Amino acid sequence: MRALRALAAGLALGLAAAGAAEIAPGERRSGYDDMGPQTRAMQDDDSANPGMFWVLDGQALWSRKEGAAQKSCADCHGGAEAGMKGVSARHPAIDAARAKPVDIEERINICRAGRQQAAPLARESKELLALTAYIARQSRGQPVSIALDAQTRSFIAQGAAIWNRRQGQLNLSCANCHDDNWGRKLAGAGVPQAHPTGYPVYRLEWQTLGSLQRRLRNCMTGMRAEAYEYGSEEFAALELYLMARAQGMAMDAPGVRP
Amino acid sequence: MARALINVPAKAARGEIIEIKTLIQHPMETGFRVGYNGAMIPRDIISNFVCAYNGVEIFRAELSSAIASNPFLTFTTVAAESGEITFKWTGDNGFEAIETAGITVA
Repeated sequence: MRALRALAAGLALGLAAAGAAEIAPGERRSGYDDMGPQTRAMQDDDSANPGMFWVLDGQALWSRKEGAAQKSCADCHGGAEAGMKGVSARHPAIDAARAKPVDIEERINICRAGRQQAAPLARESKELLALTAYIARQSRGQPVSIALDAQTRSFIAQGAAIWNRRQGQLNLSCANCHDDNWGRKLAGAGVPQAHPTGYPVYRLEWQTLGSLQRRLRNCMTGMRAEAYEYGSEEFAALELYLMARAQGMAMDAPGVRP
Repeated sequence: MARALINVPAKAARGEIIEIKTLIQHPMETGFRVGYNGAMIPRDIISNFVCAYNGVEIFRAELSSAIASNPFLTFTTVAAESGEITFKWTGDNGFEAIETAGITVA
């Protein structure tokens, strides 16, 4: 019995270490695939997708000079259309100085601190959402491509452990719903596979744009667990795991989700 | 100034039915919600929308608290002549936004 249990644990670890999804690659579905035709039409048409308001605000911010250095994003990176193509599809990525994964929001704030000598933008602030939406828009259609080196894999394994850990008063793990019961209903709503290809998303329930971390906090509150702090290491690892799990899927930010 | 996204075909054939789409940035605060301090959040909505085609009103809508934020309105009209289509949203706290779009009818 003990041997069997050890074998099962070994198998589970093997899966987590490989960063392999429980869902077969051919069965993966983005949130977009699960939406109704009306919501899809809303996302597809740039004049109907409310996320475009943030994209347009982000475009204006991109060339605004900021901080003590009086530099804009464009001063270093040039046009975002070319320079930022695929960047959101590669994040979270390991920051060399910190030797830790950082998401695109954190990357922007690292840039602000180091290059622009400006104060960091608060998580979920209008400006940070606008910049992330503008940057993510440049990756639309690009495949999610997380670097799968040894350093990244150790953080992916951390994220996988969080994903599979039961927590909160309902004693649920993320995997209980999104790996084991996707496609079924939770109350009236469909359970998606939770591939973060469209973030930041305009969520109709929120009536506004929000980041992946806001969405994750939402889910954790629903599990009656204490949500991790914005910008925490746990979230960075979890985001990284989710993106690695969606490796190769097409980005569709800014998404519209119910 | 609120951002608005307008989708009007630049060109149309005379007599053709064209679809017009409008999306405007607005919180549409209902007036029924309670803020963190326990006080009611005052209503802040767009209450009226008017679309005019070369000065002639072709579409009007009255919006209420039940309409979601960033209202998206779409409607159709007949492309009669070249000219200008104007859109005007008005609402609480003196909110006013005006946009125009040109159309060439051949």
